[in-house]
Amino acid sequence: MSTQKTKRAEPSKPKLAVFKFASCDGCQLSLLDAEEALLDVAGAVEIAYFVEARDRRLSGPYDVTLVEGSISTPEQAREIREIRRQSKYLIAIGACATAGGIQALRNWRDVDEFINIVYAHPQYIDTLATSVPISDYVQVDFELRGCPINKHQLLEVITSLLIGRQPRTPTHSVCIECKRRATPCIMVTQGTACLGPVTQAGCGAICPAYNRGCYGCYGPMEAPNTESLGLHLQTLGMGADEISRLYRGFSGYAEAFRLASDRFEEVTA
Amino acid sequence: MTELTPDIGAYVSIDKEALESIFRGLKQEGYTLIGPTLGEGAIVYDEIDGMDDLPIGWTDRQEAATYRLHRRDDQAVFGYVVGPHSWKRFLFPPVQKLMTIRKQNGSFSVEPHVEEPPRYAFIGVRGCELQAIHIQDRVFLGGPYQDPDYKARRQLAFVLAVNCTEPGATCFCASMDTGPKAGPGFDLGLTELDDVFVIEVGSEMGRRIMSGVRWRPAGAFELQTMRERLTQAEKSMGRHMDISDLPALLYQNLEHPRWDQVAERCLSCANCTMVCPTCFCSDVQEVSDLLGETNERVRVWDSCFSLQFSHVHGGNIRPHVRSRYRQWMTHKLASWVDQFGTLGCVGCGRCITWCPVGIDITEEITAIRGEV
Repeated sequence: MSTQKTKRAEPSKPKLAVFKFASCDGCQLSLLDAEEALLDVAGAVEIAYFVEARDRRLSGPYDVTLVEGSISTPEQAREIREIRRQSKYLIAIGACATAGGIQALRNWRDVDEFINIVYAHPQYIDTLATSVPISDYVQVDFELRGCPINKHQLLEVITSLLIGRQPRTPTHSVCIECKRRATPCIMVTQGTACLGPVTQAGCGAICPAYNRGCYGCYGPMEAPNTESLGLHLQTLGMGADEISRLYRGFSGYAEAFRLASDRFEEVTA
Repeated sequence: MTELTPDIGAYVSIDKEALESIFRGLKQEGYTLIGPTLGEGAIVYDEIDGMDDLPIGWTDRQEAATYRLHRRDDQAVFGYVVGPHSWKRFLFPPVQKLMTIRKQNGSFSVEPHVEEPPRYAFIGVRGCELQAIHIQDRVFLGGPYQDPDYKARRQLAFVLAVNCTEPGATCFCASMDTGPKAGPGFDLGLTELDDVFVIEVGSEMGRRIMSGVRWRPAGAFELQTMRERLTQAEKSMGRHMDISDLPALLYQNLEHPRWDQVAERCLSCANCTMVCPTCFCSDVQEVSDLLGETNERVRVWDSCFSLQFSHVHGGNIRPHVRSRYRQWMTHKLASWVDQFGTLGCVGCGRCITWCPVGIDITEEITAIRGEV
């Protein structure tokens, strides 16, 4: 980690930078979506680099760098190493940056084949064979999960860095959030497939409250029992192939979900 | 309207429509009615205004990991058992602000969170649930340190209990001696018969509410029918748990291979502890503003199934699912007795129904007894 000293005539505000790689921009928008808290953030830190928000681009080093998106091209692989060198704290935000994102689906297939099918001039495409999390290339100081991330959790992480304490982000299941908000379990009442019991909380259990099973956006919870849940989904009538695809979602390349999806795919084969 | 007020301990009969005048009386006394109502796919506990909000003519069919709503053939008002919610949500809320701490002139100030406690009338508290409230009373009010928020809510609460005459498939209150007849400890105790409600008056406030209701002393036939229905209910529990020597059984089997087997199925998702009407674990969190000038202390429901919950200085004391499941069940059925003088399980069956993979606490006990 860089410890390069900056010359400071007077105590200056910490410099915040926001970078993105292969992603949809939704996670950085969570910062803009913070509404009045955004003004507090702007008051507490110097927003040095945040293309989505302002034209000014100050060069590094940065005190806190938020990185959205997965690494999927050789250029990105070079760039993330430079960003790491310029950053005191590097925080990966969102399912792409922490697990490779939905685009990591290509990791199970032949990328060259995709390129030939999709692009009229494949020779212009310069891509890596896999889409992987930031932590596959550089050391990451903290990972904030979600697709997209939760703005309250983002503010919690920024606050904890400014104050100098550990961020408080739960690692337990989504089920606890469902129960706190009084949502009756839709897997029990309707037999709806739901990844909530193996997925990390943080979203506030939005989908089950709207009658949709959890998609696992926040990635595997602490010690997830993906095997037991998968076997139960089979008793609800799901095929092993469907279970494999369910695990292979927005955070499907996160280790526990990846291994579970591979296991149920093998059962299918 | 009857001029007389029934005595405490009296059994009276009312027409079913007269339940509305009980509700009216409660509202006149300043109560907010909380009762069963149709929610998303289940009968939940929520604020109700009157009888129209009750799930009249509905029932639930429950099994391990399954709950389904069904229409009944009749217009029974309380023709279902317990659902995903319990009364603990209203006495011990899942998210509770405790205090605000502010930095001030180099020091800090503490401002406790004070709110007017809600005056709840709980409508349709089943026998198992009333016992669960009594168990939480011991937890929150027993001993030298009382929980002020729980105390305020509990002291104001009115309990209209309902005796179960049709137990569900995951019910085992008869094993735990908490039902199907509710009580003691209610203000009014209701038994639904075909055409009338038989009501047992349990408190002074119960008497007062009944003074505004058209009632008559319960007839011998009605009382006989009520007793028969309750006896029948006791015999038709969907589940059974042998509680003989319970603490000893678990203490002597801390290394039983069954713990490994249940750990293979257990998701450690914490659903059982969330739906359990006696589980009381919580986490106290500090939520500060961006600059750390103001801090709010908030209490939220937590669970012994969460890894962060058992993380203490130096590491985690229950790193494996095996040890977390064992902790939960041994607390419910053994060390709870040492700690609070009662079992921590009331036989409501929620942990069986709402476990996503259908782990059944009664089956686990049978297995540890070596009877499977």
